[in-house]
Amino acid sequence: MNSEFGLREFSIKYGFLVLLAGLVLFFSIFASGFAGARSAVFIFQSVAITGILALGVTCTLVVDGFDLSIGSVATSSLMMSAYMLVILEQSAFVAIIACLLMGAFVGLVNGLLIVKMKVPDLLATLGMMFLLIGLQRVPTEGRSIATGMRLPSGEVADGVFPASFLWIGRHRFDVFLEKLIPVPVIIFLVVALIIWIFLELTRHGRLMYAIGSNERAASLAGTNVNYYKILAYVISGITASIGGLLLSARLGRGDIASGNNLLLDSVAAALIGFAVLGAAKPNALGTAIGALFVGVLLHGLTMMNAPYYTQDFVKGGVLVIALVFTFALTSRSRKGGH
Amino acid sequence: MKKLACEIRGLEKAFGPNKVLRKIDLDLFPGEVTVLMGANGAGKSTLVKILCGVHKSDGGSINLFGKLFRPKKPVDAFNEGVVTVHQSINDGVVPDLDVASNLMLDRLTDKKSGFFVSEKNLRIESEKIAEIMGLSFDSKKPVSELGVADRQLIAIARAMARNPKVLILDEPTSSLSAKEADRLFKLLDRLRSTNVAILYISHRMSDIRQIADKIICMRDGSISGTFDEKPLDYEGAVTAMIGHKMTEVNFKISEKGREILKLSSLKLDGDSADINLKIHQNEVVAITGLLGSGKTQLASILFGVMKQFSGSIFLNGNKYSPSNPMEAINLGVHMSPKDRSSNAVIKDFDIEKNLTVPFLNNYSWLSLLKFKGLKNVAKETINDLGIVCQSENDEIETLSGGNQQKVVVGRWLLRPCSLLVLDEPFQGVDIKARRDIGNYIRETSINRATIVFVAELDEALEIADRVLVMNEKKIVGEHKNKNVDINQILVEIAGQSTFSELSR
Repeated sequence: MNSEFGLREFSIKYGFLVLLAGLVLFFSIFASGFAGARSAVFIFQSVAITGILALGVTCTLVVDGFDLSIGSVATSSLMMSAYMLVILEQSAFVAIIACLLMGAFVGLVNGLLIVKMKVPDLLATLGMMFLLIGLQRVPTEGRSIATGMRLPSGEVADGVFPASFLWIGRHRFDVFLEKLIPVPVIIFLVVALIIWIFLELTRHGRLMYAIGSNERAASLAGTNVNYYKILAYVISGITASIGGLLLSARLGRGDIASGNNLLLDSVAAALIGFAVLGAAKPNALGTAIGALFVGVLLHGLTMMNAPYYTQDFVKGGVLVIALVFTFALTSRSRKGGH
Repeated sequence: MKKLACEIRGLEKAFGPNKVLRKIDLDLFPGEVTVLMGANGAGKSTLVKILCGVHKSDGGSINLFGKLFRPKKPVDAFNEGVVTVHQSINDGVVPDLDVASNLMLDRLTDKKSGFFVSEKNLRIESEKIAEIMGLSFDSKKPVSELGVADRQLIAIARAMARNPKVLILDEPTSSLSAKEADRLFKLLDRLRSTNVAILYISHRMSDIRQIADKIICMRDGSISGTFDEKPLDYEGAVTAMIGHKMTEVNFKISEKGREILKLSSLKLDGDSADINLKIHQNEVVAITGLLGSGKTQLASILFGVMKQFSGSIFLNGNKYSPSNPMEAINLGVHMSPKDRSSNAVIKDFDIEKNLTVPFLNNYSWLSLLKFKGLKNVAKETINDLGIVCQSENDEIETLSGGNQQKVVVGRWLLRPCSLLVLDEPFQGVDIKARRDIGNYIRETSINRATIVFVAELDEALEIADRVLVMNEKKIVGEHKNKNVDINQILVEIAGQSTFSELSR
């Protein structure tokens, strides 16, 4: 009885990490070239952008909300940065600031729709998603943006992606090996650290968790519930725009078709994060590990020659297993007798 | 001897270790209104839920017209003719459908009715019901456009449409005005004459006086009094419900300090009387009264959750009108709300996090939490209040009700305040926890004013220097807690008119 209980506790807490370690070990043995610094960095790089978005959506999940607009905020940020650089010929700095402000603004509108207009979170952010997908196509009449493109007015766009802008998407730092760690990976880790500190170590994060667990009790304990809910969506908007900027800097053009999978991948990472360390709730560390987990699995399978079209199937499978971990196991152990 | 409609014998129910019903015996006769009274947590709702098939009993039997009645799910109860109108109105109506569809909802769910809805038949049938009930709504109007009272009447009318043999009404007048309630009573009179057995749960003495044929009181899961001899002994019923087994508590009445809180001509509602009240430093004041007497409303106004209808509040001599709890806390008013599970307990948090949630500001530096300070203050409070736990990091849900209550009351004692408001601080706790909480509140009561809202009189007498009685949203009595005349307080709780009726 006791040992059985201990086993369940153990598997809730460390099951997912054990699974991750097992995967790494498995691929290291059976997929040649999987073990190694460059391969590890590749995994990090492949999940950096979705990971950053997932960290934002984690904040909205913490206040018991949801942000479906993150994917479209990211692609809007991608298109907007390209438009500012190529067509308006602005500096990299101006383009970055403008995109971040755009993300924050969209988050603010999402938050106000939910808090003030009482639109349910899923519907408000779904509406915003559609709105942005449409809006980002308007200035260029639905075409991608690249240097030398012909504008609707007949002129040719002369602006270029400056090197300083491309640096944030493409530069690699030398660490032990030459040109090892790309900037987006660093940014991912920094964003993860900041969100982790915010959620776990500050009173703001603590209050956001309180709102997510019992909004009424939090409000009666003097928490400004509306403020924190809006803040969560603003954070989500900003992180999504960071993701879009990194994508833009990596591609070097405003590709209208890229970023389709961003929403689902990042939501999956955040939900997988519930299972890490038995948290059973959204958390920054879990989200980052969740993103890595998907990255490891996909990279490993690719190296073992699994066809690309199985990727979504694999991601879905991981997500379902993680959700079972979270909800079936933890709820049974917490409720005990009832 | 009339034939029994419903005979309940030795009914038992427990949730985990918590015994909610202890061998209940209850008889319902056709053509009789039986009023069931009981404080929060006395077990009324559990009893109702067993009767209408939501919960299963652990022991005992229910006989319906001589036949064993064991509903497994709500539909079973309906089919046997036991119909319940629940307190929460929105359980009884579908707001987006029109009046006719709402009245006929059960016909729609009946498997025997066809696949297609005949709009015409629906209207004809529903108008029949509406007529019997004396309802005069446009049957095409969506229910969402109707007021709360009309919705309540529709929910009741819907219950009528099932031709009940036993009708259970759970606080049906809690959202009705006196006039609307009269309509309901007329309806009940008509039902009574058609031999329906009615179980009526309420605390409004005015209702009870009008319609009760019999009063049953519940307390702590058992029947504490049955009153069926005319004239009904209303005061006895109130006594049986709230109890006043005097428990000797020794404490000195505190020296009054300066005035902290003043309410001047405060009206809770448009049609309620003025409340004028002064509360002083060092003083513990208990405000007692039945459910619905306005206690929680007053507490919510003091904490900025609600606004008063008119009149003003002064705190430390300054006008006080907080627009939300945050402002109230900043002005030095703390409130522990009633119903801990929905209003206070943050169930994903451990004890320490639950204790400290209102005052994280005081335990952080540049927004970064000082974990050591939080841990220490949590440990102190656990010690002071005698919270039984392994450590401050136990999940709140692993604690017993009494210990959870200690946590959610204790969180407001973490920091000093000028006014502490406690709404039902002893709700759902055992006697030991009640003593611990009461003692701690008294020990710390120096330098602040304390108001405790309680429905049970002995809780008030255990803790307060002064006991105020509320009835129908006004203060109807004030007593220094020294050689109090308990009968007088009971009379006041039950409403002044009871007194005149009794002495008549």
